[in-house]
Amino acid sequence: MKYSYYPGCTASTTAVEYGLSTEAVCEALGIELIELRDWNCCGATSGHALSHELATSLPGRNVAIAQAAGLDMAIPCPACYQRCLAADKRFQEDETWRAEMEGLLDFEYTGQARPRHLLDIIGHDLDWDDIAARVKKPLEGLKPVSYYGCVLVRPPELTGWDDPEHPVIMDRLLQAMGAEPVSWSYIVDCCGASLTLNRSDVVVVLVNRLVQAAEEAGANCIASACGMCQINLDTRQKDHHMPILYFTELLGLALDLPVTDAWFKRHAIDPRPLLRSLGLV
Amino acid sequence: MKSQISNLKSQTSNLQPPTSSFALEVQRRSGENVFRCYYCQKCTIGCPTAYAMDYQPAQVLKMIQLGMREPLLKSSAPWLCVGCEACGTRCPNGISLAPVMDTLKYMALEAGYAPPETTVYALHRAFVNSIKIFGRVHETSMLVEYVLRSKDLVSIVRSNIDVAVTLLLKRKIPILPERVEGLGQVKELYRRAGR
Repeated sequence: MKYSYYPGCTASTTAVEYGLSTEAVCEALGIELIELRDWNCCGATSGHALSHELATSLPGRNVAIAQAAGLDMAIPCPACYQRCLAADKRFQEDETWRAEMEGLLDFEYTGQARPRHLLDIIGHDLDWDDIAARVKKPLEGLKPVSYYGCVLVRPPELTGWDDPEHPVIMDRLLQAMGAEPVSWSYIVDCCGASLTLNRSDVVVVLVNRLVQAAEEAGANCIASACGMCQINLDTRQKDHHMPILYFTELLGLALDLPVTDAWFKRHAIDPRPLLRSLGLV
Repeated sequence: MKSQISNLKSQTSNLQPPTSSFALEVQRRSGENVFRCYYCQKCTIGCPTAYAMDYQPAQVLKMIQLGMREPLLKSSAPWLCVGCEACGTRCPNGISLAPVMDTLKYMALEAGYAPPETTVYALHRAFVNSIKIFGRVHETSMLVEYVLRSKDLVSIVRSNIDVAVTLLLKRKIPILPERVEGLGQVKELYRRAGR
């Protein structure tokens, strides 16, 4: 299985363990990621806050680069994913804009490079029995809550997930790894990450509400599929000690990949004491 | 009874929906029919940042309907909207509020209103500028520009110093930027967007 890979800016910086675990896990599962040549930042929240045009033209350049290969785009970052979806939709619906961008960026839009989130690819394109068969170290005793956050599932007319309020794919994946996912009510609530540096007072309230709710639900960690949620929850929780783990890290652990320690030591809240107490590292 | 109804009809036949040129402009630019709102307040209830806004999301829609241009263009609400799309996903009338909030930001800037959330605006400016310079966000220089642009230096440093130290110790903030080769194309996208 081959995909065009759009890692996004955080995969080598604030979400470096997400980038590293994505690449290692995909290799182990036979998913070939071919990095988009010369990709740029999607603009994220600030792009659409300041300019309607940049909100689609910046991610549009990445969608444009992906057209030649004609492979689905594998995108681990929900913001990159949602922005690329918005650009792809505009390519389909706004012919004038498409023609202008084709001239400017020297490409031909074919619609053969669907922007897809990595969780969608791992959750839908792989054989579940095959994943379960590859699990060498079942994550027994690990009780994560699945946390999707906001733009991974919304707006549903762009993302098309199983259910924008109650998605289940991450729970199923965690179960396949041998973990015992816990139900909670904050599965798609936003953590406010785009305000983390500029209104940290607001973000501290949101993050602690989430961590508190996960604790009350009986979880011992939070499973994330977003580089911004993870760093936000990892660094802004107060008086708690809840490890925030990427689903790709948990998958790497379950597959018993030898490189997991290099990911875990990049966390602000070290997940290793928990994993050690469960005999998982 | 019949005469009462016909009397009422004749009195109301000249009434138009309360459309203002402001409301129509917001509607045209956002692509959202703001007149469909019947004020159930589901958007406000699901909004993570509503509690910090001066006007909450449902109030914003009502004020647009009523043509309350100036208070809205001065409002903190559009700047505190994180674009999480909970409101639009849950709206029984299919109004997506996030593009409406973005439209209010654009209109406020065009009309020359200084964003009341100075730190929020400063970060957006620094972030978008970083992409213009490198094609990708370079956290280190972006943060420096953000601190210089914001007018609340002491509180920014105080509320972020712990996180900054953690990120440095965990080697999550890169010293050197990554620059895209097709920077000319990126700059052209900025020129087209008028930025």
